Amino acid sequence: MDKQTCLYAAHKSMGARLVPFGGWEMPLHYGSQKEEHHQVRRDAGMFDVSHMTVVDLDGPDARPYLRRLLANDVKRLKDSGKALYSCMLNEQGGVVDDLIVYFLRDDWYRMVVNAGTTEKDLAWLNKQAEDFDLQIKPRRDLAMIAVQGPNAREKALPLLPAEIRESVAALKPFNAAPGDGWFIARTGYTGEDGFEIMLPESEAPGFWQVLADAGVAPCGLGARDTLRLEAGMNLYGSDMDEDVSPLESGLGWTVAWEPAERDFVGRSVLDAQRKDTGKRRFVGLLLAGRGVLRNHLKVFAGETEIGEITSGGFAPTLGRSIAFARVSAGIGETCDVEIRGKRVTAQVVKAPFVRNGKACISL
Amino acid sequence: MSNTPSELRYAKSHEWVKNEGDGTVTIGITDHAQELLGDLVFVDMPEVGDNVEAGSECAVVESVKAASDIYSPVSGEIIAVNEALDDAPETINDDAFGEGWIFKVKLSDAADLEGLLDAAGYDATVAEET
Repeated sequence: MDKQTCLYAAHKSMGARLVPFGGWEMPLHYGSQKEEHHQVRRDAGMFDVSHMTVVDLDGPDARPYLRRLLANDVKRLKDSGKALYSCMLNEQGGVVDDLIVYFLRDDWYRMVVNAGTTEKDLAWLNKQAEDFDLQIKPRRDLAMIAVQGPNAREKALPLLPAEIRESVAALKPFNAAPGDGWFIARTGYTGEDGFEIMLPESEAPGFWQVLADAGVAPCGLGARDTLRLEAGMNLYGSDMDEDVSPLESGLGWTVAWEPAERDFVGRSVLDAQRKDTGKRRFVGLLLAGRGVLRNHLKVFAGETEIGEITSGGFAPTLGRSIAFARVSAGIGETCDVEIRGKRVTAQVVKAPFVRNGKACISL
Repeated sequence: MSNTPSELRYAKSHEWVKNEGDGTVTIGITDHAQELLGDLVFVDMPEVGDNVEAGSECAVVESVKAASDIYSPVSGEIIAVNEALDDAPETINDDAFGEGWIFKVKLSDAADLEGLLDAAGYDATVAEET
């Protein structure tokens, strides 16, 4: 039986088509996935992301623990509220999960992990914590709403609790501010400006409604997926998993190599792979003609199969199909993708495809 | 409540067939089918002049979510395709039973029509699936 978030009734009353996702019953769309996508690129949309799990790390060893746990280095976080995106690796260098961690105090960090991986993540977090003095607290009492789009901040700010409004208005990108039991981060998964807002479950339905009243469109997981794909953001389980390293998933930039003596989990495997010129590449693809690139379609260079699409779809902002693919090292400027037995040519491009409402690649 | 037009005939694979009364039929996908697919983004149409067999794949509709084969419910020759769908595939979402038609077939055997479902039969099929 799939779980329901505290906004379930609101989704139903707003006409959502609900589908199972990561153990939860979540909105796929509220009528038109494409319209919701455009709404976020052009104005403001909101997503129920309460299925994701907030985990607080409390205790004197929170920092040394995270420096061991994560491939990115929380030492980079100097100011309270600053966020960091990182992979959490296993000993083989595979990705257990990708997450955002916020630094609040030396003895308080907060992370947000994926819904479908939550139980596995908590087991892993606890296992890695054996030699550290800290508490790992999943915050199941918190809901999370992402408000995204060029007008998202302007529309959401006046609706926030008065005592945190000023500090939230001053937030720089990738920073967060706590207050009044809420926690507001200027982060997102769409390539647009906006907030991710954690708040007590009891207050979430009311806040969702006032956002709707202010003209923020409810958007489902369908639009969330096409928005993140256009924005060049990876999806755990599709673009990377426990059997593939961040270096073969386009996430090399999230690995903090310095200082060399920091021994994070998976480091030895990644150190070796870093020098391997034969490792697979993670590339963006743009389909020249008609059709839609889909997950798992095979990629060819001439007659040779060189890899497969990890996530693909139609990009409503571009009116074309785009994808991420994991391919052999020697890929050129174009490749072929097999769609229903026919080969079509795709251009190899560098993600992101879209940022702040505009195409970043030439069509 | 059903909005399945009673004047059309249907295939279990969610195509509708309109008998034009001159030995030709117009074919599209049902409103139920477009709703399941979500926003359509491309339609791969057959070639005019192609011969199709009843039950064979002859077109593909691609939505934001998935690609789906369209089967011809009848045998015959493709005599027209809805070229307006090239630029506006969303017409199928907006008007599945009308402007969103996909292709027309000149029947090779009018008896093909007799094996198709009426509106009530199609609605029953949909009810079984859901």
